[in-house]
Amino acid sequence: MSELRIRGAVERPTIVTLRVDGTEVTAHAGESVAAALLAAGIKRLGRSARADAPRGAFCFMGACQECVVRIGGAPAQACITPVRDGMVIDLGRT
Amino acid sequence: MKSGAEEAFDLIVLGGGPAGISAALSAARHGVHTLLIDESPMPGGQVYRAVPGEFRINSPVRLGEDFKRGETLRRALAGSAVEVRLDLCVWNVAPGFLVQAAGPNGLFQGQSRAVIAATGAAERLYPFPGWTLPGVIGLAGATILLKSQQMLPGRRTLVCGVGPLLYAVASAILKEGAEVAAVVDAASFGEWVSCLTRMASRPDLTARGARWLWMLRRAGVPVLYRTKIIEARGTDAVTEAVVAPVNAQGQRQVGARTRSFAVDSVAVGHGLVPGTEASRLLKAKQVFRAERGGWTAEHDADGLTSIANFYVAGDGAGVAGAAAAEESGSLAGLAAARDLGRLDAQRHMTIATAIRRKRKRADRFGHAMAEMMRARPGLIDAATTDVVVCRCEDVTRTTLEATIAAGARTLNELKSWTRCGMGPCQGRFCSETAAELIAAKTGDRAGAGQLTARFPIRPVAIRQLVEGFDYEQEVPSPALVPM
Repeated sequence: MSELRIRGAVERPTIVTLRVDGTEVTAHAGESVAAALLAAGIKRLGRSARADAPRGAFCFMGACQECVVRIGGAPAQACITPVRDGMVIDLGRT
Repeated sequence: MKSGAEEAFDLIVLGGGPAGISAALSAARHGVHTLLIDESPMPGGQVYRAVPGEFRINSPVRLGEDFKRGETLRRALAGSAVEVRLDLCVWNVAPGFLVQAAGPNGLFQGQSRAVIAATGAAERLYPFPGWTLPGVIGLAGATILLKSQQMLPGRRTLVCGVGPLLYAVASAILKEGAEVAAVVDAASFGEWVSCLTRMASRPDLTARGARWLWMLRRAGVPVLYRTKIIEARGTDAVTEAVVAPVNAQGQRQVGARTRSFAVDSVAVGHGLVPGTEASRLLKAKQVFRAERGGWTAEHDADGLTSIANFYVAGDGAGVAGAAAAEESGSLAGLAAARDLGRLDAQRHMTIATAIRRKRKRADRFGHAMAEMMRARPGLIDAATTDVVVCRCEDVTRTTLEATIAAGARTLNELKSWTRCGMGPCQGRFCSETAAELIAAKTGDRAGAGQLTARFPIRPVAIRQLVEGFDYEQEVPSPALVPM
């Protein structure tokens, strides 16, 4: 799929489909939502609380909360949530 | 798992990195009923992070030395008496001890006689214009993408900041055939050279560093010493990075030429800061040691804090790296076994002395690295007045400086007045900068203090906490009284 995925050391067997703001995105089971979206070219995951500036995954380790998106309606950190087939992801305001 | 079920252990270890795993193993070896909790789906921590369980590993060799060490630790853990709970984020540690955690599989509540906090470190990140743009990520985050997710941060990345991670990340990107626009290091080459003598205690790790440098040179990647990023540009994501020369303190040299690079990602990090949420929550006495990353719980050689049966280990006890973390974890686990009455003082002394010797060697290397990653306050001058310092609450440098000018002298005061540090990251990514801004006025970095830790130390959904709460059973309605 994307040219950001490193090949060779691992094999990613299962392809899953996510719905991101209504658009289908494919990913591999086990990937974090943030990594899967990055590979799909989706970097902006939200907007800041006050200045409404674009924000994306920043720390990738569950600390900064910048990558919080809505998954199945509930807020979740994209960087520590593994993708599941059929996940519905809402990035909110664009 | 329901909230009501409370489990009992002798010892609960918070964090499943090298320090936590070693601590749990060494305690359990002496008959301590031990639980290890980690927020990831697999133990290993950040440095030894596993690849997702769904991936099939073709070549363990290509995954590198850290992966190998991680697998060894994971195997040892699996073959031990340690109980392991994963996918659990600890949101409260109360005296006595009560540990409360939440995760995708439900809630956890455990009572224990002792606690070891092996919670690792967070990345220090000084702001600059554009640091909030998507595509600008932490250096540690870049290593997680590369090592665990097997994903490049971008096709062309600028790697900038301080410390050994710069070279680890840049060489990993190159190895996978992507481009590194430049490595931008606030340290001078001379600093690295003088660091070399102290690194001689770990020739293996020093050789690894040399290999990284050689890879960069061979690929023709510019390595710019005494330089820092001063701006990331782009509209919805970063497309350009601007760098400028700095002096020894990290301050921008006036009038010096800037350079600009077209990029699709920027990986930046300014060192590591020990994670102290649990020890602050328990009100363990804290000390400020700049050379070890800043604030940590005060502790003895085995990690025992000012609170009985509460220990700290690994980078969370002062940045010293993964190798030293294992030894410091073993020592904390051993001390817990002694303090819980599973190991007599004599035997403890014999075993601990041998580990302390090994630790000294690992520490020498680790402390040299930590020294390279120490705070360089001059770096904050990249943050121009309207730059957001507190990402969660969009609090700018101007607002913070006006508040400091009006009399705020501590992080807590700044927080009360401006909301800096009040957002969901709970001050993890603004405290270092805010404290330096206070210190710039007062000259007293330690005097800026720490933010008071309050539970939940990690965001947790109220919805999840009340899940399974039987209102009728927990709060029985009184019988109706006739009017």
